[in-house]
Amino acid sequence: MEHAAESVPHVRLPEVDSRLLRELVEYLRQRRTELRQEWVRRITDAQLLGVMTPEEIFLEVTAVYDNYVDALETGSVETLQDYARDLSERIIRRGVETHEVLGIVLLLRDVLARSLFVHYQHDPDVLNRILDAYEPAANRIAVTVGVSFVEERERVIREQQAAIRELSTPVLQVRERLVILPIIGVLDSQRARQLTEQLLMTIQANRAKVVVIDITGVASIDMTVANHLVQTVKASRLMGASAIITGLSSEIAQTLVDLGVDLSMMKTVGDLQGGLEEAERLLGYKVIQAGDE
Amino acid sequence: MADERRVPIVSDDDMVTARAEGRALAAHLGFSRTDATLVATAISEIARNIVVHAHDGEIVLTPVYGDSRYGLVVVARDRGPGIPDVEAAMQDGYGSSNGLGLGLPGARRLMDELHVESEVGRGTTVTMKKWRDRDELERLRERRSDSR
Amino acid sequence: MSVPILKQGDYLIASIQSALTDSEVLKLRDDLADRVGNFRSRGIVIDVTAVDVIDSFVARSLQTIASTAKLRGAETVLVGIQPDVAVAMVQFELSLDPLLTALDLEEGIAALRRSTGGVDEDGR
Ligand SMILES: Nc1ncnc2c1ncn2[C@@H]1O[C@H](COP(=O)(O)OP(=O)(O)OP(=O)(O)O)[C@@H](O)[C@H]1O
Ligand SMILES: [Mg+2]
Repeated sequence: MEHAAESVPHVRLPEVDSRLLRELVEYLRQRRTELRQEWVRRITDAQLLGVMTPEEIFLEVTAVYDNYVDALETGSVETLQDYARDLSERIIRRGVETHEVLGIVLLLRDVLARSLFVHYQHDPDVLNRILDAYEPAANRIAVTVGVSFVEERERVIREQQAAIRELSTPVLQVRERLVILPIIGVLDSQRARQLTEQLLMTIQANRAKVVVIDITGVASIDMTVANHLVQTVKASRLMGASAIITGLSSEIAQTLVDLGVDLSMMKTVGDLQGGLEEAERLLGYKVIQAGDE
Repeated sequence: MADERRVPIVSDDDMVTARAEGRALAAHLGFSRTDATLVATAISEIARNIVVHAHDGEIVLTPVYGDSRYGLVVVARDRGPGIPDVEAAMQDGYGSSNGLGLGLPGARRLMDELHVESEVGRGTTVTMKKWRDRDELERLRERRSDSR
Repeated sequence: MSVPILKQGDYLIASIQSALTDSEVLKLRDDLADRVGNFRSRGIVIDVTAVDVIDSFVARSLQTIASTAKLRGAETVLVGIQPDVAVAMVQFELSLDPLLTALDLEEGIAALRRSTGGVDEDGR
């Protein structure tokens, strides 16, 4: 990831007796399976990362463990930093909090320290020197991960705010039983799918009978999106609402025809105003019919 | 790590169980409600095919991880009569007995991948896969790397 | 679990309460065919609010209910299809013809009144 080097200054871990370091790293690699499991157990006990599935925690923990040991070995935290940013980016949106991230890194520091203690307790001199080497490095790593997370979090929040402005498409209730879905911007298939779901939920929540889908703001359309449009109309109908498409430019209409989309199953009206009038007619028509007979 | 779930399929009660297990695993992996329903519906079809065409078999559900996203694999296995012409069976309307032949092609449209392996007289294995939607951030990242 | 069928005036109302097995679906189909005949009903409302999967078998059974009812002069309306189920049905490319669909029970009964030419008792 490119932005990794931009804001955090280049960090190097303190120099350590290289023979001791090699021994330490080798030991941590040998005990990888067991220490990783212990770490996951401590994470679960502390009820950290509750929003992630056990599979996800295990995968991430494995990668962090390996990066952590690499950082100890090479003295460079860059790879770990990149990973920490990448991880942060993935978990922030899931609602993982700063204290949880610090918590898991500190837990790893403790798990490893404890294991070193047990392993070297017969030789207090070596133990002391190992811990002297380990502790500052471990603290440095914890700080690096913590800072990466916080910075990433800020960046994500900024990006999300922009994305929300860009992505959100409000479904508007115009009057009782009538909603409008104005689609603006670039439609890809996933966003089209989300819009469909949003619309269907609104139909249910507002007991809508007519939906006007206005695509005036859609620049271009491809087969996938055209199919979504057709599917949305069909799904709305299954839920008891009729759909009217407005703002179909002649270019898009031509594209739809070229793509072989059956426009006859969709009610299309030139502009939004006309679409709303048609919608009122649909809604009013039924009232008049019931009252007249 | 991959805690797979196995559902023996013998009767039509088991179809309901398989559906529910599929939905539960999808939810556990963070699939949207709609996608979980697509998965449950596809499972319903292939589970019924086991009951109707092969009498008994099993369905195995497994989480997968690949390409930085999560997914779910459904494997339906039986030692029934097999399908003589798999390609034809994948077409709408190729139904033997009293089905309409909508099950397999429909399941394929609901899932991201569907693959049938079958040998006459030995049995059938249907493997289906569905990926979880990329979340907003994964999409942002995708767009960022596109724009570079 | 079998599906309760209520008689309300000219109409029959079947509310499915939970996920059904295939044999329960078939029983519902047969029960409705019997009742439409016995009560000379003019319409059926099937409420699928609690149904989380509509696959080819369920769709086909519902279609059979509707065409059987039609032969006896009754319309069938399906109400309460959930958003996720609607998406699945469309993606599956399932057809419900000749069933009508409506949002909920109230709308379903209103749709029956319109299509069977009945006068709306509420005067609407
Ligand atoms: N597990 C199986 N074992 C043997 N034959 C199978 C199996 N699954 C499907 N088939 C064959 O493939 C055909 C197509 O299956 P498909 O599910 O599409 O249709 P169907 O089961 O006949 O009807 P429907 O699913 O619409 O009720 C079946 O008619 C059957 O001949
Ligand atoms: Mg089938």
